[in-house]
Amino acid sequence: MYDPKTIRRRRAVLALLVVSSVVLLTASFGGNGGVGSVQRGVFEIVSPIQDVASRSLKPFRDLFGWFGDTWEAKGENEDLEKDRDGLRARNIKLQSDLRKAGVDAQLTKVVNDAALQNLGPVEARVIGAGGTLLFEKITINKGSGDGLRKGQAVVTAGGLAGKVEEVFSGSATVTLLTDSKFGVQARTARTGTVGTITASGGNPEDLVMETTEPKASVPVGSTIVTRGTSPDARPGQPSLYPPDIGIGRVSRVDDAGTDTQRVHLKPFVNVRDLEKVIILTREAGPLP
Amino acid sequence: MGPTTGPLTARLAIMGVVVCITQIAAVSQITLFGAHADVVPIVVALCGLLLGSLPGAVIGFACGFFVDCALIQTMGLSSLLYLSIGYGAGRLRELRDPQAAVVPAVVGGAATAIVTVGYSLMQFMLGTPVAVTGLLIGQIIVTILVNTLLSLPVYAGVRRWLVPVLPDDPRRRRRRAQTTRLSPLSRA
Repeated sequence: MYDPKTIRRRRAVLALLVVSSVVLLTASFGGNGGVGSVQRGVFEIVSPIQDVASRSLKPFRDLFGWFGDTWEAKGENEDLEKDRDGLRARNIKLQSDLRKAGVDAQLTKVVNDAALQNLGPVEARVIGAGGTLLFEKITINKGSGDGLRKGQAVVTAGGLAGKVEEVFSGSATVTLLTDSKFGVQARTARTGTVGTITASGGNPEDLVMETTEPKASVPVGSTIVTRGTSPDARPGQPSLYPPDIGIGRVSRVDDAGTDTQRVHLKPFVNVRDLEKVIILTREAGPLP
Repeated sequence: MGPTTGPLTARLAIMGVVVCITQIAAVSQITLFGAHADVVPIVVALCGLLLGSLPGAVIGFACGFFVDCALIQTMGLSSLLYLSIGYGAGRLRELRDPQAAVVPAVVGGAATAIVTVGYSLMQFMLGTPVAVTGLLIGQIIVTILVNTLLSLPVYAGVRRWLVPVLPDDPRRRRRRAQTTRLSPLSRA
């Protein structure tokens, strides 16, 4: 069917492409500056086009999203009703506790310290997301011109969503909290048990908390919030992650009460359905 | 270089850029039954099916390179996967030349399966801690099903866009073959 010359050419091109891919892969892992520069250059060109495309395709996205949302809403409704009942009961108890303890002033201070208005919030729209199932990164339409810097916390109305990874003049990429490279210091909202949150991998609805104290008791249903320090922060330095930003709720604890216990939590933020996010461009104050 | 190579390359380039940007900016943000459709592997596989293994591999590599750059992710990973499916679909056409109406859907579904499973496997091999959870498997299956359904309309679009510059249109080729079979004496 094909002459030997055609077959040789086909095999040569295939080999060339495979070798090129492997070289790119190796260079990408080796931190080769050339590959990174090419990537950044292409990104700088493409991100404005992505922004325009994202805006113009929004009606179609909304239309298809409506079908998906309607399908999922039925299932979520039952969970939300359970949550509502639980929260209502807890709210009554908390209000009662507050009145008894007379800590209104202290609570106001905590709320003010954690208020996002003081942290230079910058609202950004999601203009791109990876097609993979691991939900690692998104692209947003704000960049260094809007005050964004690498490492800044990214939140939504639900809670912590991730951190700024790469910043360009008019856009940036965000590493989501479900990425295996993401980590944040956290604590339980009620008992103050401290630990580090990382992704479990392969499941965007599951995070893992490793408690600093190995056998610390972390009951199922506990709310986990940011501690206000980051693993890479120097002592005494304010964190880019403000305290008391919601992360998730404990869903189960493997090997509870042992040295190897693993606390699993379901994040408040649905990383598969992000449309707008807020970047906190100012550093948080000291721990309350 | 044939007379249609230039226009064909131009059309493939335009289609590749438009498809990748549409995927990143819109399709990847639409959740269908808890998963996302991914039209890039479908388009790459269908290009291979329409044009052959060499163009399929080249457009697969180019689309992968573009996607990796646009998402600032590990370079070469998507290129390797997409060139595999482009080449594979092209070889299918060259060796078997399947004509059934469901072929684009089957090829699109198979391409999606290779990309989704391959991506997770390669991430695992590169050191990313990926747990094989029921949710991940469920999402892979849903993505494959959604992409299989999308393959037929996408094939119609890709074919419509490329047909004016196709060097050897499958439909024309099939018609010619039937005419020859019906008139054996005409060769004499």
